[in-house]
Amino acid sequence: MFGIEVIILISSLRFRLEAENFSPISIYCEGSTCREMQKLGDFKLPHFFNYPPYFTLQPVRETREKQVQLWKELILDYCRTQKIFVIKLEEEFPLFSNSVIERTLSHEAREAFLSALAAEGRAEWLDKGHRSCLILWHRIQEWADIIVNFVKDNGFEDSVMTVEEIRFGIESRRTELHGIDRTILMRALKLLEQKGKLAIFKGTSTDDEGIKFSV
Amino acid sequence: MSNFFSKAEVTSSGRPVFIHNEVECHLLSGVDLEPEDHHHFTPLKSGILILTTHRLLWLHSSSASAIPLAAISHIFSSRKSLKSVFHSPRIRFQVLVSPDGRLFDPGSGSGSSSGSGSRSVVVTAVIRGKGDCDGFLVKFWDSWRARAWESNETSGSGSGSGSGSGLASGSEAGTGTGGGLYSSDGSLRMVGVAGILRKEQQMWESTDKSLQDAFQDLNALMSKAKEMVMLAEKMRQKLLSGTSSQTSGTNDEDMGSKEEMQDWLLSVGIISPVTKESAGALYHQQLSRQLADFVRTPLERAGGMINLIDAYCLFNRARGTELISPDDMLQACSLWEKFDVPVMLRKFDSGVMVIQNKSHSDEEVFARIKSLAAKPEALRNGMSPTDAAMSLGIAPAMAKEHLLTAESKGLLCRDISPDGFRFYINLFPEIDPLNIYFVKDYGMCSTWIKAVSTSG
Repeated sequence: MFGIEVIILISSLRFRLEAENFSPISIYCEGSTCREMQKLGDFKLPHFFNYPPYFTLQPVRETREKQVQLWKELILDYCRTQKIFVIKLEEEFPLFSNSVIERTLSHEAREAFLSALAAEGRAEWLDKGHRSCLILWHRIQEWADIIVNFVKDNGFEDSVMTVEEIRFGIESRRTELHGIDRTILMRALKLLEQKGKLAIFKGTSTDDEGIKFSV
Repeated sequence: MSNFFSKAEVTSSGRPVFIHNEVECHLLSGVDLEPEDHHHFTPLKSGILILTTHRLLWLHSSSASAIPLAAISHIFSSRKSLKSVFHSPRIRFQVLVSPDGRLFDPGSGSGSSSGSGSRSVVVTAVIRGKGDCDGFLVKFWDSWRARAWESNETSGSGSGSGSGSGLASGSEAGTGTGGGLYSSDGSLRMVGVAGILRKEQQMWESTDKSLQDAFQDLNALMSKAKEMVMLAEKMRQKLLSGTSSQTSGTNDEDMGSKEEMQDWLLSVGIISPVTKESAGALYHQQLSRQLADFVRTPLERAGGMINLIDAYCLFNRARGTELISPDDMLQACSLWEKFDVPVMLRKFDSGVMVIQNKSHSDEEVFARIKSLAAKPEALRNGMSPTDAAMSLGIAPAMAKEHLLTAESKGLLCRDISPDGFRFYINLFPEIDPLNIYFVKDYGMCSTWIKAVSTSG
């Protein structure tokens, strides 16, 4: 009985949260000043997102370093909350444009920020032409740890699962693994395979592989 | 009947011999002279009619006849009738005829003008050739009315030295070759347009000659100068070799004399050999000082900083004729650091060179820029170089340089958009990357946020 109430409470909360997704503006207060700041989806944007120079690649070294740092954080945060794993430079990316101040990051700027992420292992270019970038808001090692925890929490130590089951199975729904990018997952799995924590084998169908855990 | 007209002399080349002060006025070719009735003279056909200040001359194959203008009693104005459209133009005039049937000749002393020779004959000049007949007629009238021969007579009678009276002035008549070009003293005559041109030509020639004479001396000077320059070069080599051989400090006397040598060379205007230390040639020194004086006023007007190119234009304009080259300008400015002048040359990162007051303080400008950038309008929309120029009271190019320098110091940030190139106050230092949603209460960020949110 208690459980049902909790479920109802949780689901109503979630409903409220989801409803808030549709409001473009949310008011929040920091310090003693209140101001409105827009959102992207349910992602809260920082105030400097409306600062026009933020969208121009700064030439002065010190200023540039700060700018790059802020963009790196923002990109990672956004991708984490929105579960975005790949950014394609030539496509529109909501974070890279601000319609309120009518500014958009140039291609050069985007490449600069993503390359900075790649330099510290938080992203990876998928092609030489730098058109597509894999975002590692969790490092591969972190994903590996998450997988291990997932296996342990659900008692899958000696069982077998397919890759797709890990990605979209019921068990993974409450974890960050749900909807994970396939490339990232495979990398993490391969890392674990090297450590002997599991074995990857080809499944019956051509595009699905199976994992045997031996965590 | 060819005796009717007065005699006119002709030179060996067929030009008429002009009498003293006679000037040719007009010429028509293909002219026939016809009397109103044939018993005065046979018509003269197809000659050249020359109008002068004194006579009408008719030339035909090296013989000439003359009608003194004094003998003309009337000139008929041209009748334009239907007939005249198809005929050749005609000039009709009336001449006085003396009792002997010949043309009245005032110069021959045969009585006074109006008394004798009461008879007159109408002569028609038929102009069959192409010529400006109307113009001729006008000049005819003018010459006839001017009565130039009368002043000639008075002056002629005044001088008793045999220049003759009236038309028969003797001096060239004797030579027979005189013609109209040369005056009595043998020098070229200066009359009419040709006279003016000749006068000018003479002036040019004399100037040229005197210049040449002057340059003769200069050439002598130049050759001496060459020797001097060679001497100076020798000195230079000696000095150079002297300084490079490092016997530093031991030979004070030597150093003293070397300095003397440098000063001497400098005063002569030759570049000193120890180029890094010396101030350069005297010319550049003087120019440099002059420039420093001159540039003070424009600097004030421009707010303390002026583009080198602008200064160059202004300076040259002020100098008027002795313009200096851009190289000279640059050298003059570079010399300022050797002197104690209140101005200096400054080069920005972008390559723009400016002249500014030494008292000009960058910090002061930055403080002003910062306060400008913190105004609500600038916080909302940024600052363009033009805005800054207007507020600071300087040229837009200078303002841009200042803004760029302020940016490089971290005071401003640039914003490049389709709207253009603008600068905002730099908020990045205030943002904490570990706490990006937090805004300090009294920092620049909160001021900015307030300014932005009021506009909506």
